[in-house]
Amino acid sequence: MHGDMAMLLLADSRLPAGGHAHSGGAEEAVRVGAITGPEDLARFLRGRLATAGVVTAALAAAACEVGARPAPERWQRLDAEADCRISAPAQREASRTQGRLLVRTTRRIWPSEALDSLALAVPDGAHHPVALGAAAAAAGCEPRQAALAAAYTSVTAPATAAVRLLGLDPVLVHRLLADLAPALNDAAHEACVIQADDWSDLPAHAAPALDLLAEQHLRTEVRLFVS
Amino acid sequence: MSANHDDHHHAPDGHGRALRLGIGGPVGSGKTALVAALCRSLGPSLRLGVVTNDIYTTEDADFLRRAGVIDAERILAVQTGCCPHTAIRDDIAANIDAVETLEERFGPLDLVIVESGGDNLTATFSRGLADRQIFVLDVSGGDKVPRKGGPGVTTADLLVVNKTDLAPMVGADLTVMSRDAAKVRDGKPVLFTSIREDKGAHSVAEWVVGIVDAWHHEHAHSV
Ligand SMILES: Nc1nc2c(ncn2[C@@H]2O[C@H](COP(=O)(O)OP(=O)(O)OP(=O)(O)O)[C@@H](O)[C@H]2O)c(=O)[nH]1
Ligand SMILES: [Mg+2]
Repeated sequence: MHGDMAMLLLADSRLPAGGHAHSGGAEEAVRVGAITGPEDLARFLRGRLATAGVVTAALAAAACEVGARPAPERWQRLDAEADCRISAPAQREASRTQGRLLVRTTRRIWPSEALDSLALAVPDGAHHPVALGAAAAAAGCEPRQAALAAAYTSVTAPATAAVRLLGLDPVLVHRLLADLAPALNDAAHEACVIQADDWSDLPAHAAPALDLLAEQHLRTEVRLFVS
Repeated sequence: MSANHDDHHHAPDGHGRALRLGIGGPVGSGKTALVAALCRSLGPSLRLGVVTNDIYTTEDADFLRRAGVIDAERILAVQTGCCPHTAIRDDIAANIDAVETLEERFGPLDLVIVESGGDNLTATFSRGLADRQIFVLDVSGGDKVPRKGGPGVTTADLLVVNKTDLAPMVGADLTVMSRDAAKVRDGKPVLFTSIREDKGAHSVAEWVVGIVDAWHHEHAHSV
């Protein structure tokens, strides 16, 4: 019942969980000239949503399921599934950092067994989508709502970063985001197909360009964003 | 929350942890110089940790490590994604994480100093992050700055006006600054420094010792 409101809170960039410092690869894409304006950005966002976005949404949906019946072993296994779907070490680290901060923040907002057990099971920080799904469960969301929030933040973070880095017209960029609505729905739908505990079938789309950008970003001396 | 969680999740209240001191102020006013000075003066008597919020790179953290005023591992740098004030005011998660990491690794600590990225006169620390805060101005911004007010100048627990050695060069009138600051600060303290000349910023260090002692008394029963 409270799921809609909780989903909005979780998807809001104002959620104080450290997300503002991550660009989802956009900063490096801007630096190497892969994003120079709205057209490039639109393609970047679409590609990100179809790959990392879907994977992230599927993991969040699965985590939301686990959150309804939390057990340390299940958290650890799902976190390992996330680990093997995030190939670049730089992205793994960014994902775990964001996950740790998200758990810290959401435990205070929605105190719950789901989040307590995740924090204990993966003390160094669960992957971000796993943490997001756990928080969604704690807040009363359904898996589909967790998936939507995850897919949504996977494109809003780079869009906001591009606005800041390139001085793009923010209204135009929001229009690009609005144009993604059907794709966002598709991503959330794809994310929720697998419901059982056999997570090996969860989507595992690779995005080698994003992996490379993440690794280069870590080696770039001058940067504003963590990832 | 369940009672038996033994992971490192600190209560948001002050019990059993170090005093968290925010140091904010405009770009280049001397925040890092003040952090270094406080480490010099207080390092021998207090257990310290430092968190820096750099805009680009890890310049401030690197400067402090090179200065050798505190163990390099006791300094953590937070990145702020284009928005230094967001990281200290609206979304403090990464800073809290850094502070608690220092406390877990080196604790118990007496004082954790958090330096904000250089920002504007409206940038102040959230109470969720800093227990007390210092706002650092310098005289070269002009003697009108305290009069302009802004939450940093008006609400900080201590206002530091640094680089007094430059006052004659930039034609800044320190008595004007002092009078205007007093007017908008409702009796809260203001200190004038030249960290270039006083490498230990002793007047500020003395004020910090006072608030650390007070903090310790307030929370002593739980330490
Ligand atoms: N003349 C003079 N220069 C000072 C004084 N204190 C600091 N400086 C110099 O001012 C410059 C900026 O000092 P920082 O300590 O880096 O200033 P900051 O506020 O940390 O700067 P950001 O972090 O970049 O916003 C450096 O070149 C310092 O050496 C002072 O008391 N007098
Ligand atoms: Mg500095």
